[in-house]
Formats: sequence, C-alpha cells, structure tokens
Amino acid sequence: MAVNIKELSKKPELLAGGHRACAGCGATMALRQIMRAVEGPVVVGFATGCMEVVTTIYPYTAWRVPYIHVAFENVAAALSGVEAAYVSLKKQGKIAEDINFIAFAGDGGTYDIGLQSLSGMLERGHNILYVCYDNEAYMNTGIQRSGSSPLGAATSTTPVGKALKGKQQWKKPIIDIAAAHGVPYVATASPHNYNDLMGKVQKAMSMKGPKFMNVAASCNRGWRFIPDDAIELVRMAVECCIFPLYEVENGVFRVTYKPSKRMPVADYLKAQGRFSHFFKPGGEKYLEIYDKAVEARWQWLLEMEESTKKVPFGGMLHF
Amino acid sequence: MQKTANKEHVEHERLSLTGNEATAYALKQANPDVAAVFPITPQTELMHAFAGYVADGLVKTEMIYVESEHSAMSATVGASAAGSRAVTATSANGLALMWEILYIASGLRLPIVMPVVNRALSAPINIHCDHSDTMGARDASWIHLFCENSQEAYDTAICAFRIAEHSDVLLPVMVNFDGFIISHTTEVVDVVADDSAVAKFIGEYKPWVKLLDIKNPITIGPLALTDYYFESKRQQVEAFEKSPAVIDSVFAEYGKLTGRTYERIEKYRTEDAEVILVSLGSTAGTAKDAVDMLREAGLKVGHIKIRSFRPFPSKMLRDAIGKAKVVGVLDRSLSFGAEFGPVCLETMVSLYGSDAKVRNFVYGLGGRDIFVEQIVETGKNLVELAHGKKDLPVQSFIGLRE
Repeated sequence: MAVNIKELSKKPELLAGGHRACAGCGATMALRQIMRAVEGPVVVGFATGCMEVVTTIYPYTAWRVPYIHVAFENVAAALSGVEAAYVSLKKQGKIAEDINFIAFAGDGGTYDIGLQSLSGMLERGHNILYVCYDNEAYMNTGIQRSGSSPLGAATSTTPVGKALKGKQQWKKPIIDIAAAHGVPYVATASPHNYNDLMGKVQKAMSMKGPKFMNVAASCNRGWRFIPDDAIELVRMAVECCIFPLYEVENGVFRVTYKPSKRMPVADYLKAQGRFSHFFKPGGEKYLEIYDKAVEARWQWLLEMEESTKKVPFGGMLHF
Repeated sequence: MQKTANKEHVEHERLSLTGNEATAYALKQANPDVAAVFPITPQTELMHAFAGYVADGLVKTEMIYVESEHSAMSATVGASAAGSRAVTATSANGLALMWEILYIASGLRLPIVMPVVNRALSAPINIHCDHSDTMGARDASWIHLFCENSQEAYDTAICAFRIAEHSDVLLPVMVNFDGFIISHTTEVVDVVADDSAVAKFIGEYKPWVKLLDIKNPITIGPLALTDYYFESKRQQVEAFEKSPAVIDSVFAEYGKLTGRTYERIEKYRTEDAEVILVSLGSTAGTAKDAVDMLREAGLKVGHIKIRSFRPFPSKMLRDAIGKAKVVGVLDRSLSFGAEFGPVCLETMVSLYGSDAKVRNFVYGLGGRDIFVEQIVETGKNLVELAHGKKDLPVQSFIGLRE
C-alpha cells in the first residue's frame, strides 16, 4: 500500500515524547511509525521488554491509546483475551466502534518465551496484528543472547572468549514460522524504509485475522555502534540482504525491496562492535559463512517469490 | 427433574449433577462475556458442560480455546481488563502453570472467577484429589472458597461473582472443590429454576477498568518501582480486610434468595465439645458422620469446616473453638519443611495465646480415600489426649503405609 507521508505527518503522535528510551533507540522509531500508520481506534498490548519498561514507568505513561501489559511470554494470549472481550461486547451492542489491536513484543518475547502464545493466537485466528521489534538479543535485561541473535554475535551470555567466540547458532527464521501457520499476512520491515513499513502496517490492518510483522530495530547498546547510526545500521542490514524486506500475503511471497547493487555483508558486520572479533585473526571463517548463508537465503527468497505465485505457501490452510 | 417451591424463596429445580456439571450450570446462569478454556483432569468436564451451553447458544460467552493454562489465565486477565466478565477453570498442574499470572490478575485487581477442581501436584503425576494445588497459590492474593459438595459448588460459584466484583474487594476468586470426589460424583442439586433470577442476583457487570473505552485511554500494567509498588500491595491488604464483611453479606443475601445460607466457617456440634476437628472440602461430610458416631459413644467431639481459606476466618475460628481442650486439624496437603500443614498452621495462628492443644493429621494425598472409621479413631485418640490419658505427636499421617 502506498502511504502519503505528508498526510501521515499531520496525525497526532500516539506515543508521546519524554519516555525513557535510550538515545538512538531503533525500536521507538519503529513504534512511532507503526502508530502513525494505523487508522482508527487502536488498543495496544505489550510483552515485558524495553518498550514496555521505557514507556510506562508509573505514574507516567507515554501512551495516548489504551495500553495493556501483563507479562513477558503472553502478550499474544492477553491480547487474545482483550479481542475476545471486544467481539463479545460488540455482539451485545455494548461497543459501537471498530477497534484495531496490535501486540508488540521484542525478539525474546516473540522468538523464545512468547512463541507458544504467539502460535496459539495465529492458530485461533484473532483479528490482531502482532509486531516483533527485533533487536536480536534480550536488551532489556542486559544484552543476553536470544533465539534471534545472529551467529557469532557477542552478547553477555555468549561473550568472545578463548574457547568460544560469540553465539554458536543461527537466528531462528521467525517469519517463516509465522507464515507456516497459514495466516493471511506476514512481513518484515525496517524503519529506514518508512514507506515500506507503514504501507505494510496499513495493508495488515486492512486484512481480517491474525497478522505478523518482524521489524528491524537497531540497538546501539547491544550492537555496539554510536547512537547517531540507528537508522544507518538497519539500512545496511537491508542493503546487504541479511534482513530482506518481504511479505507473504495469503501464502504468496513478495520481496518488497531488491537492492540494485548488494552491499557486502562484511560492511554491515564491521559497523558493529558485537562482530568485531570477525575482523581479527581467526575471524575470516565467520565472514565466509555469512557470505554463503546470506546469499543462499536471498536466492531461496527469490525462488519462493516465483514458486508461490503458482503454489501459495501454506496459503490454502485458511478456508 | 423435580421442581421445588417455597413461598419465601425463588423457585428451584432439582437436578442430578456432578460437581463439574453443577458449577458449569452456575457459570451458565452467570453468563460471562468471555471464557478461556484448556483441558486438564479432573476439571475438563466442567468446560465440556459449559461448551455445550455455548454450542446451544444458551450463553453469550465468547470462548477462547487457548494452548495452555498460562495462556488461559493471561487471556482471562486480558478479557477482564478489557471490561468484560471473564472466567476460566483449572486443576493442579494447570494452576501451577498459571502461577505467575495469578499474581498479575490480583495485582491488577481483576474480579475473575475461577473454579479450581482440586488435584495433587506432580511428581509423581497423579490425577486425584488433594489440596496441594490451591495451597501453592494461597499467597497469590486470590480469595479461596472451599466447597463440600456439588450443591455448595453451585451456590459458591454464583456468590463468587458478587464477592469478586464488589467495589470493596475487586479480587479474583477461586471456587475450590475436590477432584473426582465432588467433580465426578452425581448428587442431587437444587438449582435456581429461572436463569434470570441468578442474573439479577449477580447483577449487570459494571467494570471498574475498561481498556476498550477508547475515548478514555488508560495504561494497564505499568512498571511500578520502589516508589509505588509497596502501596499497591497495601491496597490489596485493605481489600482483604474488607472482604469478610462482603462475603458475609453476599452469603446472607443469597440465603434470602435460595434458602441456603452459608458462613465463612460451618460449625457442627461444637457447643460443648472438648475436641474439635477442622477440615476443608468434601472430607467435612465424612468428618460430620464421624462426629455423630463419636457423640453416640458419649464423646464430646465437634467439627468446623473452613469455607473461606482466604480470607482466613481467624477470629471466627477462635471463637468457635471456644473452650475446647483439643483441636485436630485435617490437612490434605503439606507445607514441606514446616512442622504442620497449611490449615493447621492457620489454625495455630488463630489460637495464639490459647491453651488448646493442636494436633495435625495429614491424609488423602494423591486422592487416597479417608474413611469415617479413621476419623472416628482419630477423634477417640484426641479425646484421650484431652483427658490426659495419651499423648499424640504434633503431626501424624492417616491411612499411610510407613
């Protein structure tokens, strides 16, 4: 969907300034764009995490829309309850408005501890958009590795030592996991490409049923770069194709941005302190693996784009 | 099916129902907006029965078929915070899985009603009755009401909505009844014939928090640190301080409606008793039979059933025990590492400063039956203790192979 950024900029800010996020926080930029893209009344749910902590320190709140936080692993379940109450009260004529629901969680609350309740929400078919702001580690608790942290990343629990150098596993393909539920819409997005991000949010909100988005959210504290580069880092992630922008609409893959000339993955890795050991003696092997893996994933994605035009991926599950 | 009529009270129907069915019937008449359900033995049949009412269009309830009890309680919290009347039900490991969210439900002051069909906690895995599940949640700031039979389960479930939703309380309520012993036993139950009479008694739901009020956005579940957290807990203490009066008035009003009046404790032949037995749940029925047999043998034994474990009726219990010399407390769960079971600990605190001797009897773990003869034997031993003819260990086990 095409968005009119000029018009959208006139809308009131639903996430007020003055919250306690770190300078150069990528996640809050994504949140602002998402909230700006939503049309009509919206209720938001949050999993425990950075965005919950920084926006709602009692007795203050940065939210100008109804907001609920219950716990870490259950935003999908808690918002399922809110949405079910809405359906019930609406049927009874006790609510007149059409209300949108967005669940937000970080990668810890989505890829790991919240995966079960997310899966339940997707399977049951609640009319909710679930957005993961993916900063690739448990940043709120102090940069511990998550199922989303990339291979080799130095985190508090996967430090670079003499025997082990960073995380020993790949990032979980969360978007494919969500898509495999056969839901109407899943997508990745990044706040540097705000047209793409906000267009996807609007498309998701126009569709009935469960939707899922994984949004790149750089974290200068965890990724180790200067706060000024928050947007530059996610731009690089997309330009080198380590974080491709795509959507799966009713089982049909579509890559929504194809770089005319791909940036070397090494450039993206080199910009972050968490990968600095890749550029010291012995680190070459990581760079080789990354080149191969990113290329393989990109080719697979292009292939999916072609093949799912003919045979939608899990898209027939909903009938 | 038989109809009962009494001029003073609302018309009743006499049905044969299990404890699960009776509680489901109460939920049908309460007609909640949302129910989150997940199967666990022995609670499952409660939600089978309720799902039948949903399938037949007899209730307005929106069902959420969650993927775990953790999500069941989370969804119920969400639905309640949204401004709807919300219920769920569980047993044992399911309640244990909810543990984190139990505290959030009460901390957010959401008046959720949850039948808990009491069952032993693993390991070893066991599906039968004991009270280890709810005792594990006794400090979760929920009101815990215990039921002796299907009739009480039905009546208590209805009263629970009024208690939970009262503006002086606003705490979630567990309606506890014994797995299999009550949940799966068919009994005669008098139900209010007209659903609308129950609806009128419970009243239109007027939520104090409404997340779905989009014109007045509120933030539910913020972070409260060292500067505010403590005060929020103090408010929960205050709710518990006010809750006994609310429970008493709801029970009294329900008595006027149905002719069945309850109190937070039930006294049985305690007036001149030298020995008083204390128990929870279905065992109270067996204990009252034992008391009759002991009385026939000329022994002055009475029984007190605790109906409200949280708030614990300390003063009521102390007054009811009165001048009895010996108190025998029956516990269907353990507090490992403590000298006594949970009911006994509460009883001893209630009796602080009294000269009464207290002995604790742990029985029935994992659903092991307790027989009337065993309670009679226990009563006889306690009478001998009261007469100084015998001493008994502070804690012992009934029906255990040692």
